[in-house]
Amino acid sequence: MFRDIGGLVLLFWRTLQALPLAFRHRRKVLEQFYEVGLGSLLMVCILSFFIGGVLALEIGPVMVERGLANYLGGIVGLGLCRELAPVLMAVLIAGRIGSAMAAEIGSMAVYQEIDALRTMNINPIHYLVLPRIIAIAVGLPMLLIFADLVGWMGGALVCSTNQQVAVGMQSFLSNLRSTVEIQDVFHGLIKTFVFALIIGTVSCHQGLATIGGPRGIGRTVTKAVVNSIVLILILDYFLTHLLVQIEK
Amino acid sequence: MSAPTNHESVRVEVRGLRKSFADHEVLRGVSFTVERGEIFVLMGPSGSGKSVLLKHIIGLEEPDAGELLLEGQGIHTEGLRDRYRMAMVFQSGALLNSLTVGENVGLYLREHRLRPEPDIRRIIAEKLDIVGLKGTEEKIPAELSGGMKKRVALARALVIEPQLILYDEPTSELDPLIAITIGQEILALRERTHATSIVVTHDRDLAFGIADRIAMIADGEILEIGRPEDLRRSQHPLVRKFLTADFKPKP
Ligand SMILES: Nc1ncnc2c1ncn2[C@@H]1O[C@H](COP(=O)(O)OP(=O)(O)OP(=O)(O)O)[C@@H](O)[C@H]1O
Ligand SMILES: [Mg+2]
Repeated sequence: MFRDIGGLVLLFWRTLQALPLAFRHRRKVLEQFYEVGLGSLLMVCILSFFIGGVLALEIGPVMVERGLANYLGGIVGLGLCRELAPVLMAVLIAGRIGSAMAAEIGSMAVYQEIDALRTMNINPIHYLVLPRIIAIAVGLPMLLIFADLVGWMGGALVCSTNQQVAVGMQSFLSNLRSTVEIQDVFHGLIKTFVFALIIGTVSCHQGLATIGGPRGIGRTVTKAVVNSIVLILILDYFLTHLLVQIEK
Repeated sequence: MSAPTNHESVRVEVRGLRKSFADHEVLRGVSFTVERGEIFVLMGPSGSGKSVLLKHIIGLEEPDAGELLLEGQGIHTEGLRDRYRMAMVFQSGALLNSLTVGENVGLYLREHRLRPEPDIRRIIAEKLDIVGLKGTEEKIPAELSGGMKKRVALARALVIEPQLILYDEPTSELDPLIAITIGQEILALRERTHATSIVVTHDRDLAFGIADRIAMIADGEILEIGRPEDLRRSQHPLVRKFLTADFKPKP
């Protein structure tokens, strides 16, 4: 996997260089954006609702027991928007969108469609990679906003309905509002943006490098998802470290 | 990305080309020159390296040794593809499966923004008509038969009005009448654009019907190269067999 890093960085760099062509490829960007955004919205909402809920359920009783019930909203709110929502949504999208990108580009590589593009002097990076990376880099942060909001609602609902937690929805939400600041949301958005670039680049890179037949495509998909998730989790730590330094 | 507009035809030189996959040497020192505007036919047994050779000429494969020159410049020379229009009709067609037939055929013009949209539509219809697929614009490749895919691929290549065009078995999978139309179109394209054409084929009628010169390749080496009448007189046993074999049982 780490052998691929060079190729990955190169692909990312080439895509960056092609960025001025984005407007020209806007139709393809929109198509991809539709896939990433609308296609995943429902799943993102359902998952983040449960993530918010379970977070409240895990932390709630402990905090209530120690008389810290008033801080529950803030803790759940921060945990969600700074860490859990960005990472889990990125993992979800790696599985849902990254795999699809890798499979599609991979099958194009195997069935010589990419060769055909090259013979027509159409750069596969401009034609295939650029629209996908832009779409995911814009779409995933937008999904995160939904994930944050729905996750907070999930937490609030569990607090107000579950006997073991028993913190009213009002007090949960007001504590959340007074603790979570806009910069915490930004913190999550920045991470998500980076994760999106990782998913897009890794998936396209694996796709382009596909060789062999259907089995090659299968391998490509596995590698795209696994490598994306591994990179996301490792980079998450360092990125958080960096962001916390900056925020101080 | 831009598309070249000149109309000079190009000269192709292949010099000492060698290529191995793993430890299988597919091309073992292939050399020949295709003159400007020539129709050069490559024949040879299945698996002899013809498709691999074409992919080298258009720059999709890297040779282990040897050179590929277009008008004296290496195929990977910076900007060469912006100077010369090239096209290849792949053996498998290689249509983009996520696009419709019309989008496939119009891809080059749209991506390089060469014409206004109404013109592009007209050109697509015209080229599809040439290959006998009028009105199939909205179909998707999965709905087509093998021969239809091949013809769409040909239409897609014709749209480019290439100066160098490579055909990988353009008439396999086609019925004899359409095969003749395709052969005529290869000749017509040369008339129109003075394109240099390299045609890989197993179809002896096509080869002798359109070729200026024919090369026989076997096991990664060129056995014989010359005008069709030279080839007919060739003493090389494999060439003779290849050109004369028929279904009559041996006496
Ligand atoms: N990407 C590749 N990897 C490994 N071997 C390959 C590759 N491409 C071609 N070969 C091998 O190279 C040899 C020549 O293949 P090629 O496709 O050029 O044959 P061909 O002359 O076009 O045959 P046909 O007339 O059947 O199309 C074959 O033995 C094939 O197995
Ligand atoms: Mg072949």
